[in-house]
Amino acid sequence: MRGKEKIFLLLAIIAAMGVSCASASFNRYYLGVAIDVGINIILAVSLNLINGHTGQFSLGHAGFMAVGGYVAAKITLVWGSALPAGAQPFLFAGALLVGGIVAALAGLAVGVPSLRLRGDYLAIVTLGFGEIIRVIFQTSDYFGAATGLTGIAKLTNFGWAWGLAAVTVYVVASLVNSTYGRGFIAVHDDEIAASAMGINPVRYKVTAFVVGAFFAGIAGGLYAHHKAVLSPGGFDFIKSIEIVVMVILGGMGRTAGVIFAAVILTILPELLRGVAEYRMIIYSLLIIGLMLTRPQGLFTFGKKGTAS
Amino acid sequence: MDWFLQQLINGLALGAIYALIALGYTMVYGVLRFINFAHSDVLMLGAFAAYYLAPPVASALGTASVPTALVVIILSAAICAVIGMTIEFLAYRPLRQRPRLTVLITAIGVSLFIEFTGQHEKVFGAATKPFPTLLPKKEIIVGALRCSSNDLVVVGLTAVLLAAMWFIVQRTKVGMAMRAVSFNEQAASLMGVNVNAIISFTFAIGSALAAIGGIFYSMRAPGIEPLMGVQPGLRAFIAAVLGGIGNLPGAALGGLVLGLIETFFGGMPGLSDYRDGIAFALLILILLFRPAGLLGKLQTEKV
Amino acid sequence: MSAALLEVERVTIKFGGVTAVCDLDMCVGERELIGLIGPNGAGKTTAFNLITGVYQPTSGSIRFCQKPTAGIKPYILSLRGISRTFQNIRLFAQMTVLDNVRTAMQGNRAQRVRDALLRGRTFREVEARVEHEAMELLKIFSLDHFHDSMGKSLPYGDQRRLEIVRALATQPKLLLLDEPAAGMNPTEKQELMELIRFVQDKFQIAVLLVEHDMKVVMGICQRINVLDYGRKIAEGTPDEIRANPKVIAAYLGQETDDDA
Repeated sequence: MRGKEKIFLLLAIIAAMGVSCASASFNRYYLGVAIDVGINIILAVSLNLINGHTGQFSLGHAGFMAVGGYVAAKITLVWGSALPAGAQPFLFAGALLVGGIVAALAGLAVGVPSLRLRGDYLAIVTLGFGEIIRVIFQTSDYFGAATGLTGIAKLTNFGWAWGLAAVTVYVVASLVNSTYGRGFIAVHDDEIAASAMGINPVRYKVTAFVVGAFFAGIAGGLYAHHKAVLSPGGFDFIKSIEIVVMVILGGMGRTAGVIFAAVILTILPELLRGVAEYRMIIYSLLIIGLMLTRPQGLFTFGKKGTAS
Repeated sequence: MDWFLQQLINGLALGAIYALIALGYTMVYGVLRFINFAHSDVLMLGAFAAYYLAPPVASALGTASVPTALVVIILSAAICAVIGMTIEFLAYRPLRQRPRLTVLITAIGVSLFIEFTGQHEKVFGAATKPFPTLLPKKEIIVGALRCSSNDLVVVGLTAVLLAAMWFIVQRTKVGMAMRAVSFNEQAASLMGVNVNAIISFTFAIGSALAAIGGIFYSMRAPGIEPLMGVQPGLRAFIAAVLGGIGNLPGAALGGLVLGLIETFFGGMPGLSDYRDGIAFALLILILLFRPAGLLGKLQTEKV
Repeated sequence: MSAALLEVERVTIKFGGVTAVCDLDMCVGERELIGLIGPNGAGKTTAFNLITGVYQPTSGSIRFCQKPTAGIKPYILSLRGISRTFQNIRLFAQMTVLDNVRTAMQGNRAQRVRDALLRGRTFREVEARVEHEAMELLKIFSLDHFHDSMGKSLPYGDQRRLEIVRALATQPKLLLLDEPAAGMNPTEKQELMELIRFVQDKFQIAVLLVEHDMKVVMGICQRINVLDYGRKIAEGTPDEIRANPKVIAAYLGQETDDDA
């Protein structure tokens, strides 16, 4: 791989923007679903860094998404009208970035206490943090309390969603597929052996949480400006589980598999519109069935930790 | 002072409910080393079992009477015991040798399955249903303190059940086998313990207690619905961790402490909005400063 | 006496009511090959864990390169030059053989996050160099043709050698080997003995060896410390230890793998 990754990234971004420009003639519905797919890819790949690669079972990813979404939405709501139309994209980019950074800080707040916790305890603590974040937004009048925020500008388009998805994949894959990145997997496999070999487990775990949270925040910002409405109920434990299922289905730690899983799990409910009432039931059976038969995931090809 | 005593009484009742449910979490963690996410849904099923059983039983034994209450409670507990054993057999037993994370995720799947199947119209439906009155409700007033007879029943029955649990675990052969399995499964089976049977038994008891806890919880709640188990379940789990997960007296203690703290916070003006967050904040504090819980012992990994 | 590489001075560690190691005095000089033996449960692995910072002593002090190790995290001690293998092999299960070694090289030749993200020339150079060095190391131990296989798929003896290679990749000054001969047949043990002597010579490092097999210990160690119930009961050359009545008494009734 001789610098091809950066070229892929550039091509992907250009393609995304290209599709965006032509999108005026696309079917609104399909376009909406495509944007959802892009957002979910960001969520799944960012969670994969925490859960899959570094092996920290985090059940609170929706909380980071909420932080990014609310912060970004508040920024555009407050300043959107003050700036001319030409500056809107920059405001949007800035809002997303700030949302991501605040989410990353939340990731730091969650990651540090989680350092000494194993599997099940960690899952519960991250779940608890996710719930606390949700409760904070639910009781905060500044963020609309239980009703949430409405009237958010629909600034997210295909270009933004998929362009940023490409960036997320690039960043996470680049981090992991390097000598540096072996540290994440080492911490996952055997923390004590990793320590004995000079790997600082704290640094890797915290990095995973911070980077993962950052991109979840970006996804949240994109989501807010796609749906135009944000309510705390949409960022609950169930949402976190949905993202976790994508990571599990894709084979924890396999970037390509996780992307596929995100695509499929976003499109499937749309296809199953007719049986929407059974959606969560099917979801849960899927999880159970997967764990009983193929816990390593469905899309397992290639070695672990390699990007597509 | 009166306010304090009032909160104390309310807190004990809530704490008793948490204790009953927490026992199930801690017992399962003790023998299988994982958190049974589906436990919270068993308490919901207990409440619904009572909901459907109450009318026929009441018509035979009288509405809101002690015999009715007893029969409904016992039957619901039995039903949930069977449900618990079934879940273990179908979803957890095949994964006995797998990493604990796999079972955890499966438990989440089972939990969601029960919740969302319950929400379907053909099953329970998503709407909140009023919980039938099982016991004649009397208000007892002593000075400025008021408490409901239900609360007294809850605290009393819980005390009896906790004592029964203690007796079973400490003084019977089955209890000894349970403790053996929780210390070292392999050694226990080498000693002739039928590990599968003991684990089934653990799930049966835990689920029965959860069902009873669910019924008691519903007696104080405005109504029941398929997702009702999530919040009390989460609190009960936090209580179990608070007391030291895997430790039975710890679960009871944790339940009481959490019930009291939540009630006191709920009674304080200005802070009551954050009542929901208190439990989680407490959880995080415990795991930061004393992960083994109040009564637990930290397990160090052998290098 | 010149300052030793590793100085363990009156170290005691208590776990609750159990004193696992009591008043241990030990030192390892540069390029020395020292043995640490004793019956099961004597506290040998605990001593390793104390030296590598996994446990903190209840009392006493440990100095490495004249600097105290108290309160220093294990990964920092590794960066300072202490490396180890484990009694139960602890390879990185999800990684290839090559990656196991690469990971151990991350600490010292720390590749910067920035470089990994930018994927520029610096990154490629570092990656190439790391891979080259790792392969060279594997080649020395005849494991290079396995480089792409999963560590766990190797035969047992090769896994133990891989663990040693991985430990060496951190460029240590002191290498702690925890029962490297466990589960090996006599031929493999002979090869191991030569391997350890070779490693010590080629990499100019000190080695502290915990081992149950007396033939291995007596065969290669310059000095041997004997522990029993957490206390050191003897220290000396292999001949001195072999004849020491206290040592014989400690092992009386214990089955040893081979005859000394």
